[in-house]
Amino acid sequence: LAPWVPVVGLEIHAQISSNSKLFSGSQVQFAAPPNSLVSFFDASLPGTLPVLNKRCVEAAVMTGLALNCSINKKSLFDRKHYFYADLPAGYQITQQRVPIAVNGSLSYSLCIDNKMSQMVMKTVRIKQIQLEQDSGKSLHDDTRSQTLVDLNRAGVGLMEVVMEPDMCCGEEAAAAVRELQLILQTLGSSQAVMAEGHLRVDANVSVHHPGEPYGVRTEVKNINSIRFLAKAVDYEIQRQIEELENGGTILNETRAFDSKLGCTVPMRDKEGKQDYRFMPEPNLPPLILYDAESLPANMNHQQVVNIDWIHERLPDLPSVKRAKLVERYGILPEHSFTLLNEDGLTEFYESVVKQTQMKPKKVIGWILNNLLSYLKQHSLTVKESPVSSFLLADLLNLLEKKEISSTAAKQVLAELWKGEGKTPVEIVKEKKLELIQDQKELEQICQAVIDGQENEVITMVPG
Amino acid sequence: AALRGGLRFQASAALREGRVAPTELCQRCLALIKSTRFLNAYITVAEQTALKQAEESEKRYRRGQPLGVLDGIPIAVKDNFNTAGIETTCASNMLKGYISPYNATVVQKLLDQGAVLLGKTNLDEFAMGSGSTDGVFGPVRNPWSYSRQYKEKSIPKSCSEDEESDWVITGGSSGGSAAAVSSFTCFAALGSDTGGSTRNPAAHCGVVGLKPTYGLISRHGLIPLVNSMDVPGILTRSVDDAAVVLGLLAGHDPKDSTTIQDNFKPFELPNLTDVSKLSIGIPKEYRAPGLSSEILALWSKAADLFKNAGAKVIEVSLPHTCYSIVCYHVLCTAEVASNMARFDGLEYGHRSDMNKSTESMYAATRREGFNDVVRGRILSGNYFLLKQNYENYFIKAQKVRRLIANDFAKVFKSGVDILLTPTTLSDAVPYMEFIKEDNRTRSAQDDILTQAANMAGLPAINVPTALSERGLPVGLQFIGRSFQEKQLLTVAKWFEKQVKFPMIQLEEVKRHDHNVFQHQKSASFS
Repeated sequence: LAPWVPVVGLEIHAQISSNSKLFSGSQVQFAAPPNSLVSFFDASLPGTLPVLNKRCVEAAVMTGLALNCSINKKSLFDRKHYFYADLPAGYQITQQRVPIAVNGSLSYSLCIDNKMSQMVMKTVRIKQIQLEQDSGKSLHDDTRSQTLVDLNRAGVGLMEVVMEPDMCCGEEAAAAVRELQLILQTLGSSQAVMAEGHLRVDANVSVHHPGEPYGVRTEVKNINSIRFLAKAVDYEIQRQIEELENGGTILNETRAFDSKLGCTVPMRDKEGKQDYRFMPEPNLPPLILYDAESLPANMNHQQVVNIDWIHERLPDLPSVKRAKLVERYGILPEHSFTLLNEDGLTEFYESVVKQTQMKPKKVIGWILNNLLSYLKQHSLTVKESPVSSFLLADLLNLLEKKEISSTAAKQVLAELWKGEGKTPVEIVKEKKLELIQDQKELEQICQAVIDGQENEVITMVPG
Repeated sequence: AALRGGLRFQASAALREGRVAPTELCQRCLALIKSTRFLNAYITVAEQTALKQAEESEKRYRRGQPLGVLDGIPIAVKDNFNTAGIETTCASNMLKGYISPYNATVVQKLLDQGAVLLGKTNLDEFAMGSGSTDGVFGPVRNPWSYSRQYKEKSIPKSCSEDEESDWVITGGSSGGSAAAVSSFTCFAALGSDTGGSTRNPAAHCGVVGLKPTYGLISRHGLIPLVNSMDVPGILTRSVDDAAVVLGLLAGHDPKDSTTIQDNFKPFELPNLTDVSKLSIGIPKEYRAPGLSSEILALWSKAADLFKNAGAKVIEVSLPHTCYSIVCYHVLCTAEVASNMARFDGLEYGHRSDMNKSTESMYAATRREGFNDVVRGRILSGNYFLLKQNYENYFIKAQKVRRLIANDFAKVFKSGVDILLTPTTLSDAVPYMEFIKEDNRTRSAQDDILTQAANMAGLPAINVPTALSERGLPVGLQFIGRSFQEKQLLTVAKWFEKQVKFPMIQLEEVKRHDHNVFQHQKSASFS
């Protein structure tokens, strides 16, 4: 059987973190009462016009710069037409012809064979980033044969990040999205929490034999977490391979991921291909961005977006943060990945390091092997940890001072997880886990043991 | 007889000097609206709110603190501008009963100046048409149909024939606004102009119709036909009045991203006496097929007028004029298809009872809500926007549009200050004749002289010039450079003074005339 090459591309919609919407002044807020954050423009009242939100443009520029893109100093807005209950105007304002940023790249790391021992760095090309409006939400009430429409989300700013089909499996897709998530959160351009709908990922999947042209691709939607992303992609790859090997064909269709069944199913909504009848948005002039060189002298800097100004103020990206952690604490690169991947873990680690004499290189072991594994077992976040950095530092200090053994420390930690409020010192006393430092005492104990095991001793000591 | 040039009534001055009170002025206008109801110029008359506004104005005048020239002046607004609390229908079933929660920027500006909003005027449905005959509230009748001047010239009819069937159209699509100003029911009215919709009815109704430069006046709140060509239009009885209204409306609006940022300075129109430094261009392509010999002669006479006064009058060429109608058709229908997509019955407006599915509800709502003209344009527009057609139609039309705009730029660059052209092909035709052809055909015919200015975004104005042989108004058009409204209006004012266009003689107006309009024949407000 000839090998198959899976090809995976991603379209990611990240909701922009801003006070108001992309083209109107209504507020952006999660979980507000239905239709309470809807301006006249959002409701598509006739005669209303879009006004571009500067913060949204800045967020897109920041993101573009962080993803090594070329920022287009002139970009355009277009209308994408289709009829749907959650799209009041009958069209979405997007950037189809000339988006705000193009030709970037995202580097991410994977561990081989699931061990944190070998990390491989990969890169995926970023085709473009475009600004566009989010739609409202429609809830289908089948019992009453009606659809309820909530327009709170209609018009919220989105950055669509298009990743080229450089990935080959679910794991790569998941790792790439995770890294993007970290970058967005570091920049503050999007809260990027999938569960809250800030980040939506659609996967484009196809398979082909090496040397042959790319196969027909399907689009997979309705993926609600990074974990499900990996599952959905892998399932789809498998499905396509099986289909083709059985002599079938792949349809260029949209499929939904069913998280309960762990498979993808065709989406009944789309009947045939839609012609979106793209047309330039006539109410928005071209978006012009400046840099230090092109900025006109008298321009009020409140009125313009200066790419260089934004570049100067970019925070340390995850890759930079990781490098700094490795350098400062002497930990392995793999360690830095885990630290950043877990929300709050870096802060916890650094806090422990501050409070203990134990070398950071040793502390990391306790953080990753003991603390983190426990949290994972019990599905807790770092914030929810019953063991605070203070307590752990306390414990590690006991170990460092050789007051307890490593084994004993683990026992203490197990006790600390119970969260009964006892300090490490108290637990050590209670369980009599102190390391005996007194030579005489040790001799006595050993003697007692030997005395109690005469036969074995005779067998062991020759002659 | 031409009665202008006599004592000029200035309504504002009269209000300021206490010779007439705002409430009185308002009531007279409301009464006149009632007695000219057969014109069908108004869709909604906002009697209560108008009187309230007039009362407020009166208080201000008593305190000696009027807000400005427009304080207490009755105005009307075309029914495609949003007016908070007053129905906005666009003469369509789709928006019958629609009460907007906000005022269009231009409406707000007028109200902030103390203007008294009498009501919303009639139009072609969604401003699509050149006759003001295709709205759901019926056609608008040209006040001149009932003028002594027209009746004198009409062929006497046999007794059995209804006088009614003889009436002529206002032109469109801002026919209601033009008729309202023409019949003295208001002193100024807002229209809109996408292909000539303010200038065309202005010409047929014998009033001044100004199309400003695109980007000068805010479109926020104007229900769009073609976003890239629409402008709010100003209809008045004198060029001076148009300049005043323009001064109050122009300027950047943060709510409309297509308005220019530059600070606009309202201006007073100088009384031009010396035109020797002026260069008037006569575009030869505007000698369009179908142009009546009467208007051709008038146009020529006007050119001579400038020549004899010392101006330089030269023939120029705008070679791509012949493509403008098709180009307009493609771009207009494409934008219409897009702009009308929001009318689905969900959030506002008409919603069909059909509820088998969302899609069937949409389809039924739109079929019931829109007339044939609107639906026809939507279908055409969607066709042109299809992926396989986009390049050949939409993109091509955009390129041709650029060529048309360049034609004007070239001519203005060569030293021509103003272009002089006819506004319409003929005087107003009788309604019965107008409806023999369909809306599309009529629009294509009637827009030819006006719509290139919309393509190029240039300012243009209709100035009533003379009466035709049938006793109906004929106007001529001046087209100016971008944002050079001051020069345009200055020349238009000079021309207006020269031609001394006669006042309409309406029975109904005479009846309401005696107290308020005594001695003032031009009845302008400024």
